[in-house]
Amino acid sequence: MRLERRDHRPLYLVVAAPVGAVIAALAIAGILIALAGAPVFEAYWRILTGAFGTRLSATETLTRATPLMLTGLAAAVAFRARLWNIGAEGQFYLGAITVVALGSKLLAGLPAALLIPALLVAGAVAGMVLILVPLWLRLRFSVDEVVTSLLLNFVALLFVSMLIDGVLKDPLAFGWPQSMPVSDHALLPKLVARSRLHVGFIIAIVIAFAVYFLQSRTVFGLRSRAAGLNPAGAVFAGVPLGMTLVKVACLSGGLAGLAGAIEVMGVKGYVTTDLSPGFGYSGIIVAMLANLHPIGVIAAALFTATVFVGADGMSRALGIPTYIADVTVAVSLLTMLIALFFTQYRIRR
Amino acid sequence: MTSAPVLQLDNISKRFGAIQANDDISLSLAKGEVLALLGENGAGKTTLMSILFGHYVPDAGTIHIEGSELPAGRPRAAIRAGIGMVHQHFSLAPNLTVLENVMTGTEKLWSFKSERTAGRARLLSIASRFGLGVNPDARLGDLSVGEQQRVEILKALYNDARILILDEPTAVLTNIEAERLFQTLREMARQGLSLIFISHKLDEVISAADRVVVLRGGKVVAERRTGETSKAELAELMVGRRVTRPVREASTPGAVVFEAVGVTVTDGGQERLRDISFQLHAGETLGIIGVSGNGQATLSHLVSGLVGWSRGDIMLFGRPVTDVSVESLIDAGIGRIPEDRNKEGAIGELAVWENAVLERIASPRFSRHGLVDRKAGMAFAQEIIAEFDIRGGGPSTRTRLLSGGNMQKLILGRNLHDRPKILIAAQPTRGLDEGAVAAVHARILQARKEGTAVLLISEDLDEVIGLADRIQAIVKGRLSPPIDAQSADPRKLGLMMSGEWMSEAQHAS
Repeated sequence: MRLERRDHRPLYLVVAAPVGAVIAALAIAGILIALAGAPVFEAYWRILTGAFGTRLSATETLTRATPLMLTGLAAAVAFRARLWNIGAEGQFYLGAITVVALGSKLLAGLPAALLIPALLVAGAVAGMVLILVPLWLRLRFSVDEVVTSLLLNFVALLFVSMLIDGVLKDPLAFGWPQSMPVSDHALLPKLVARSRLHVGFIIAIVIAFAVYFLQSRTVFGLRSRAAGLNPAGAVFAGVPLGMTLVKVACLSGGLAGLAGAIEVMGVKGYVTTDLSPGFGYSGIIVAMLANLHPIGVIAAALFTATVFVGADGMSRALGIPTYIADVTVAVSLLTMLIALFFTQYRIRR
Repeated sequence: MTSAPVLQLDNISKRFGAIQANDDISLSLAKGEVLALLGENGAGKTTLMSILFGHYVPDAGTIHIEGSELPAGRPRAAIRAGIGMVHQHFSLAPNLTVLENVMTGTEKLWSFKSERTAGRARLLSIASRFGLGVNPDARLGDLSVGEQQRVEILKALYNDARILILDEPTAVLTNIEAERLFQTLREMARQGLSLIFISHKLDEVISAADRVVVLRGGKVVAERRTGETSKAELAELMVGRRVTRPVREASTPGAVVFEAVGVTVTDGGQERLRDISFQLHAGETLGIIGVSGNGQATLSHLVSGLVGWSRGDIMLFGRPVTDVSVESLIDAGIGRIPEDRNKEGAIGELAVWENAVLERIASPRFSRHGLVDRKAGMAFAQEIIAEFDIRGGGPSTRTRLLSGGNMQKLILGRNLHDRPKILIAAQPTRGLDEGAVAAVHARILQARKEGTAVLLISEDLDEVIGLADRIQAIVKGRLSPPIDAQSADPRKLGLMMSGEWMSEAQHAS
């Protein structure tokens, strides 16, 4: 038995891979649910109804999918160019805290039409600045950005923690480490009344299509794909490797920073150190499930959000820990990696 | 040889999809014999050897080793029966030492006891028996390619190989290393080992093998004793028709379009090129010969715009330039064929049309306001495919799927399509089969005829003699003075490549 590289990747496999991976992940997580003594199919039914059963739960799932789409895109664009940005979590928080720093006092007087775009841009810029540090270390000293961007997450989180316990602390929060709220003008309009779903969801979807267009139709897209697939070949063809990576990094860090900004402006209005239940890291899984395809990211983010939100409902109904959601999503990453392998290779006897 | 064959293959057939890779192949190998398996790329040589080594299961046919049948598809059984394989791309770990590499797979996984001491003694005794000197404690990654190959051979011998298969062993070696390798192979044969080596190079087949089996289209088309055949006959058998490499016609060189005067290149803290001077004339080909690893790569990188220079002057169309970048060269109408087409020449996962336009994607011809003009790119690729007879795919095919020859035609095509003023060709036919070589040569000659100045950097002497008008040798990063190709004979070129002019130059100064 041996593995053979496929010459062509048929379209049905490209679709079947993520679907098969998700089914396999659910089957494996099902074993754990069964071990916990709960009926497996009912558990999955509860997850589905928990996520989409009511108007409220559906809007909640879409709200949860919003930051995942953006961090998923952040990972997808970086990984396409072989830039291993594992720092979306830190970039997310830096984007969020920047929005608070500017939107609570400094720019709070601006009208919403100016303030909202200004803050979104500021959040994105904050994310860019944070990823440029590991990129500079890589370009200048060949330091592996996996390590540096990952470790910067903790630096960023502790920095945010310092600010919300210090200069940005909300004096009305009864001593809780919580930032001042942003101005009311800075809050994103709701999409559905009496829910948390906000226009950030639409923004994320529009951005996914924009990224797709950027990658497939522009000079920058072609060059960044070339740089990711074969750096030596790209250099020979005159692709400015360093500059291309800087642009890719800015796009990636900017998307993660934007995710943080939108989460503050759309949902919470202030920053705590549990603003993100690991959106930056889940974004990596979302990107992998989507096979780094920007449009696929939309579907992958919806799936991940469904599992996370639905698991709450299942947990309440059946008494299974919500950690089953983390397990399901994590296992789906592993099964997706295996499925991707089989889209590239076939088994021959 | 009258003794019973050590190895006997009978009626081996193997089909991959629509391709009959091996078609009813039978051959035998005697003890102490060196057999060459000759054929073009895709003739089925590697498939046949992979079947022998158990990587593939044949659709039909049997293999006998010393009279007993070898079970199909079991590499372990093949190793146990005494078959050793030296792959074209070595299967060694660069971060381990020589000894560790050789012993990998020979020690029991669950044994606590190391057999290193015994293994070292055994390795050293094998090494001295065949004259394959190695340092068992050297890290493999620090060794040259030739030394790594020696380790791969030693590893096979360490596993008691009595039949050694070498897949294109000289593809990665310099001429001198190749000669040493063949000496070793002869010594091994003299001591009773049987060897098969796969090759598409006629010279080495004739000089190193006792017998040659020619494959074409998956079939054995001929078998000859090397003493009773000639290069011309083998070439014809291999290709199936008489191949004549195109011949250079006389031309009148035009103006100097590129000139380097006393150029020195330092890269990574080392002086790679020292005080080199050369001129390229319109309508003329300058050939750079030399043994591999004497600075050819840096020279081609310099004229391709990938490295800068620290001293000396470069004149482009008579005007001195201070900086040469890939972009400026392409804008100036300079075509570049890189040394390594898979690494630098094309990006395998991109489509053919994307590779065709990538170099000039920023020009208004292929993009507007940062948006790629797919239509123009596709049309350009289609023109190249038609003009340069690229087979095996259209503009949207992934470039990886093209054969080496067709990929090279694509690279050649994107450079020659617009009639460049200068063409830099580094090892333009390396690894190509005879048919493709002839096609590439014809294109280069035609470009020269149309007034292109050609810089040909090649390790293939025949190629340089056939194409170049003037020849310079590169030795240790320095360039010899040019000689007229008319006055070149192999002896004179050999002396040039050995750097004999260097001492003359010193005496003169």
